Amino acid sequence: MKSKNHPLLGLHSLVVMIFIYVPIAFIIAYSFNSSRLAADWSGFTLDWYASLFTNRHVMEALVNTLTVALVSTVFSTLLGTLAALTIRKAGRKTKAGMGGLLYMPIIIPDIIMGLSLLVLFTQFHLPLGKLTIIIAHITFCVSYVYVIVNTRLAGMGDQLEEAAQDLGADAWQTFRHVTLPQIMPGIISGALIAFTMSLDDFMVSFFVSGPSSTTLPIYIYGQVKRGISPEINALCTILILVSVTLIFLAQFMLNRGKGQKKQSVLPF
Amino acid sequence: MKKSSLGLLPVLLWLCLFLVVPMLIVIGISFMGRDEFGNVVFDFNLDSYATFFDPLYLGIYWDTIVLSVVTTILCLLLSYPLAYYIANAGPKMQTWGLALITIPFWINFLIRTYAWVLLLRTQGVVNNLLIDIGLIQEPLQMLYTKGAVYLGMVYTFIPFMVLPIYVALEQMDKKLLEAASDLGATRWKSFWHITLPQTKSGIMTGSVLVYVSTSGMFVVTDILGGAKSAMISNIIQSQFLGARNWPFGGALSVIFVITSLILIVLFNKAMTSRHLTAKEGR
Repeated sequence: MKSKNHPLLGLHSLVVMIFIYVPIAFIIAYSFNSSRLAADWSGFTLDWYASLFTNRHVMEALVNTLTVALVSTVFSTLLGTLAALTIRKAGRKTKAGMGGLLYMPIIIPDIIMGLSLLVLFTQFHLPLGKLTIIIAHITFCVSYVYVIVNTRLAGMGDQLEEAAQDLGADAWQTFRHVTLPQIMPGIISGALIAFTMSLDDFMVSFFVSGPSSTTLPIYIYGQVKRGISPEINALCTILILVSVTLIFLAQFMLNRGKGQKKQSVLPF
Repeated sequence: MKKSSLGLLPVLLWLCLFLVVPMLIVIGISFMGRDEFGNVVFDFNLDSYATFFDPLYLGIYWDTIVLSVVTTILCLLLSYPLAYYIANAGPKMQTWGLALITIPFWINFLIRTYAWVLLLRTQGVVNNLLIDIGLIQEPLQMLYTKGAVYLGMVYTFIPFMVLPIYVALEQMDKKLLEAASDLGATRWKSFWHITLPQTKSGIMTGSVLVYVSTSGMFVVTDILGGAKSAMISNIIQSQFLGARNWPFGGALSVIFVITSLILIVLFNKAMTSRHLTAKEGR
């Protein structure tokens, strides 16, 4: 099919794309700039990357971030997948109610989620730290896993499962050998999204983290408030690469199965 | 709950405990008082809500609504043509275009906001460029202005608008367009009467996402705006983390969520009625 686009439309799109990408390109470029202060280019260097890995605060934040992301991913994937598997067999009322509840973390503004969890943890004297961040992250990650696995299940239909049961497979066998292999790409994709969401989260973590549980986004925020530093450019560049890679992996996983309807990793 | 739905129990408990209950507590706290140490004490009153009607806070909230509405409109104007272009491009271009608009969606907004600090600061990229080409002699003060906040907001939330609109354009029934053109409709006419109403759901989703996200985003104003550009979210944030006036912060949160919901419902209504009149007019 020939493109039906007006040249002006093309020009507009090009300008918006430049607007979107130029600022990001500058962060990446400056992470290799040997000058510490000036905005001018003064030569290529990898010093800022090297100094990141010897910076104790950065390494500590990295360990915190990865711990939180891993634990939140495991729990939210289990909870979200279980919810998606159960909800399709549920009655109409349960479906509507639970479906709405499971969408809530996506719709509620992050700031409200963050502050209400802060209030909860404080009221129950739970000290702010990695545990509280993990609880908060599970709460929003579970929705993303649910949405993705749910869409995958909906696209799959239930003929194969019925066939397996007609051939004498029990519920567990059907699940283990028919359902699970089919939705596995959805589960992996959901887990990757959950991991990325947790890795990148700032708003919610900002409210529920303690002094010893700084994550990378919180560290970046603190540094940005203080001013520009080349190490931050390097750290941002790494974070950009990691998130984008994970998302592409998630998208790839999701559309790998044969005959699957194209699905997007986005919640709408 | 039936036995077959037992698998929903863990997630139900989790979301009740860590989503519903915390929000109920915040609503409860908004009606309480606090002692001289800033601790919440049980004493039912409406003082926190009364404080909101101080002209200072009303003004800030009005500014927040204006900023969020303008950001939403700007995002829509910039995004629709882009989404339209990608949706109507050739298959190869479409794949690339979709990838290119998805990527920024997954880049941390903190990083994308920071990028503008790099560009706009006094010794930043833009000022240096303008001085080098001789357009200005002295660096311009661009950071910590209202303009920087608008720029940062539009930049941060553009992906939230492009993607839903793209999805809607992609899913719309293309046969209608062929039918319209067979019946002699101009491109503009078929866009106005078919494409636009058919992609309303995408515009809705995008606008709600951008509006809600903008009004709750304290980081952009915090980093790119000066002290004077505080929004309601900055005030809420500081009530919980700095000033420790939880009842007032709670009241502001309740007001914030309720007004957002009202605006969304109104917007939804407006969109639907426009569509209805378009239908009747045919």
